[in-house]
Amino acid sequence: MSESVNKAMPSASIKKRQRVNVGIRSVLLHVAVIAVLIALYFVLPEYHSGNLARILVLAIFAMGYNVLFGYTGLLSLGHALFFASGMYGFGLAIQFLDVTASVAIVTGLLSAVAVSTIIGFLALRTTGVAFMIVTLMFAQAGYLTILLFGDYTRGDEGFVIQRADRILFGFDLTQPANRFFCALILFAICLFFVAWLVHSRFGKTLVGIRENEERAEMLGYDIQRHKLIAVIISGTLSGAAGAAYALLFGYAGASFAAVQYSILPLLYVLLGGAGTTIGPLIGTLFMFYLIDYTSEFSSRYLPSDFSSAYMLIAGVALIVLTLYAPQGFAGLLRRKVKWLP
Amino acid sequence: MDFGPYLFAASLEGAITAAVLALTAVGLSLVFGVMRVVNVAHGEFYMLGAVLAWWITSMIAGHPALGFWVAIVVAPLIVGALAMLCDRFILNKINYDPERTIVATIGLLYVIQQSTLMTFGPEARPVEAPFNERIALPWLEPTNAGLQVIWPTGLSTTSYKLFVIAAAVTILLILWLVMTRTRIGLIMRATQLDQEMAQAHGIDVNKVYALVFGLGAALAALGAVLVVPIQQAYYLMGSDPLLLSFIVVIIGGLGSVLGTVVAAVLIGMTDGIVSVFFTPTLAKILATLLVAFVLIFKPNGLFGKRRE
Amino acid sequence: MSLVSTHGLSKQYSGLKAVNHVDFELPKGQVRALIGPNGAGKTTFVGMLSGRIKSTSGSVIFKGRDITAYPAHKRMAMGMAYTFQITSVFADLSVEENIALAARRVVKGSSNVNSKVAEVLNKVYLSERYDQIAGDLSYGHQRLLEIGMGLVQSPELFILDEPTQGLSATEIEGFIELVGVLSESTTILLIEHNMDVVMKTAHYITVLNFGETLAEGTPAEIRANPSVQTAYLGAS
Repeated sequence: MSESVNKAMPSASIKKRQRVNVGIRSVLLHVAVIAVLIALYFVLPEYHSGNLARILVLAIFAMGYNVLFGYTGLLSLGHALFFASGMYGFGLAIQFLDVTASVAIVTGLLSAVAVSTIIGFLALRTTGVAFMIVTLMFAQAGYLTILLFGDYTRGDEGFVIQRADRILFGFDLTQPANRFFCALILFAICLFFVAWLVHSRFGKTLVGIRENEERAEMLGYDIQRHKLIAVIISGTLSGAAGAAYALLFGYAGASFAAVQYSILPLLYVLLGGAGTTIGPLIGTLFMFYLIDYTSEFSSRYLPSDFSSAYMLIAGVALIVLTLYAPQGFAGLLRRKVKWLP
Repeated sequence: MDFGPYLFAASLEGAITAAVLALTAVGLSLVFGVMRVVNVAHGEFYMLGAVLAWWITSMIAGHPALGFWVAIVVAPLIVGALAMLCDRFILNKINYDPERTIVATIGLLYVIQQSTLMTFGPEARPVEAPFNERIALPWLEPTNAGLQVIWPTGLSTTSYKLFVIAAAVTILLILWLVMTRTRIGLIMRATQLDQEMAQAHGIDVNKVYALVFGLGAALAALGAVLVVPIQQAYYLMGSDPLLLSFIVVIIGGLGSVLGTVVAAVLIGMTDGIVSVFFTPTLAKILATLLVAFVLIFKPNGLFGKRRE
Repeated sequence: MSLVSTHGLSKQYSGLKAVNHVDFELPKGQVRALIGPNGAGKTTFVGMLSGRIKSTSGSVIFKGRDITAYPAHKRMAMGMAYTFQITSVFADLSVEENIALAARRVVKGSSNVNSKVAEVLNKVYLSERYDQIAGDLSYGHQRLLEIGMGLVQSPELFILDEPTQGLSATEIEGFIELVGVLSESTTILLIEHNMDVVMKTAHYITVLNFGETLAEGTPAEIRANPSVQTAYLGAS
């Protein structure tokens, strides 16, 4: 016995060194991503650096989606509900409870935790296609509920969050620079959290569940518990993005709860690469500009009735990705760079 | 109007909703039953049927009825052919993988919807009914002298509305005969039961799938052509039928055609009555929650049998 | 005291009695083979032991506790391990990660996991292939990988459902050797069709036929049992 262990030792120590390298590389990669984002802010013209804050917030949404879709293998069609929980948990608290922004962020996060716990608890009784339809239906019910209580939520029209309420720890977030760095800090927190999560025992078990649920169960893992926690983490990250959106851009509206906002994170993640830490950012960046150019084009040449025309691009992108590149950009990159987290 | 005649009028309207819904939902159910595919773009095929009906009737000069009769044949055929192309070049390419199919049909939904917006425009456009005589309806009123036939003012329907109900029933009957009595129906059912076995018996499963997907879409389009003289064609008109079809198919038991028809009648008939008591938004919230909870707690539908 | 026992354990599939009232005792440290013709209910029986299949009636006692109502993962966490009849590995993950997934539930700390994984990889002859994708392995190697996944959990009861199916003659030799080593530290329940493997590894044999216990005894007793010969051995 001891002899065989000794024989295995050299290879184990080599592997250990490799593993440490992977850990360092992964940290370096994520630090580099943040550094590039900071550089971009100073290099890019004002219009694009303004967009960057919005992209970062949407990328947090996509990262949240990715925890469930990319790492756990659960395809939800109802993440707009979690985004909206954070957004309205934040916005309604400011509007009606007269609290400060930092308190409202907490209420936003708490409402996302509560909603994702309930939805997770119910929806996880189903699998596969039924799970997709159930999440879609709950999100639709949530969207309609926002419309139903239009007296408070102002429905599709939404409401503006006043400048006075958008001050966080003394920083006025209506200032572009403050807004960008606030978005960046939030993004960085979420990015490092997700990178840590997927490297942890829990994250690796999620991948095991994605790959072979039955086998994971027979290794003694409580599948339902893992999935529920994954839904809650995913929903809370999405809710954080929703609250951040309301805080940074001063607006909450029912359109963020509509079905398009459940489809968009799926699209971002598919495009960027499901089950990779940087995929969601890449996907959001590309899709944002694709949609931005289309809307600019359509608003210049088409009447305002055609404002949803960008969804045509989204539709084409969905079909093309499903057909030809189900792994997305980062997935293709991973074929060359195996250690990509 | 008294409550009795009012309820009668409401259930007649409900019967029209039920008839069109049954056609649309059976299309969705057939596709799910045979191919195990959830077609999220189903509502858009419905919408295309209505838009094509407008397009065809506005192209054909002469008697308005002529355009309609051409439309009711041609529009479903075009939609069915388009759906077969989608099957061939999209669904077949991803091997009908359930999750990827849903993602792809969501893409299809937006492509069809937005392309229609760009070509057809954002307006709602009417289609003239081929015939539309007003028919007053009688009501039996209990009086001192026993039951008496009265003709309450406002209690009426049109010949076209009655035609819609009759046409839908006829089409469903034909479909039932095709499914149970013909070779093609047998092939479809064999494929539904066991795809690999069907393939082993020399059935070209790819062809059957294309045909079923086309047929499902054509049924939705047919429902839309029937309803468009009552409702007008509009590029966003596909979302409500999609939701209602989902409800019907899920409550009726996924893939069960008979369950689907029963559920369609039930939902269609109650739709009008429910909206009397609730705001439309609240009614929709309840409907979506109903779908979710049926899937969670009774995954084989309210009438479905338990499968081991 | 027995490690695992069942009392009147039964499974009924809409009228069909797959397993009928089986009383079963497996003492600690034994290598037990479960044999019987196809459709005798062997896989259903171990499925009910491991919790993959819900029993219709009867009870399962493991380490003195009634675990009949426990879900599978809880039973595994109590010290069982299970390998599937049809090989079930994490096909898109590396060999090393497959074993590590099994190890992480039992062993805490990444350096402990790594050394445990290396140890087990060596035992199941897969050290050289640690970075290969599991799905790319040959069938025999996948079976070994699955045994490794059970092994790394240091189970008290190791259930193997037809582990030698599809293995080459040399791989079977290796497996028999492996069971010999394993039996020093764990109790093994083995469903097996290959009589050579059964006779070489098992201390004791239970024969199932039509969902019921037909006979129990040492390999020599079973070989000599006339009703077993007619039901099973004679047929092959």
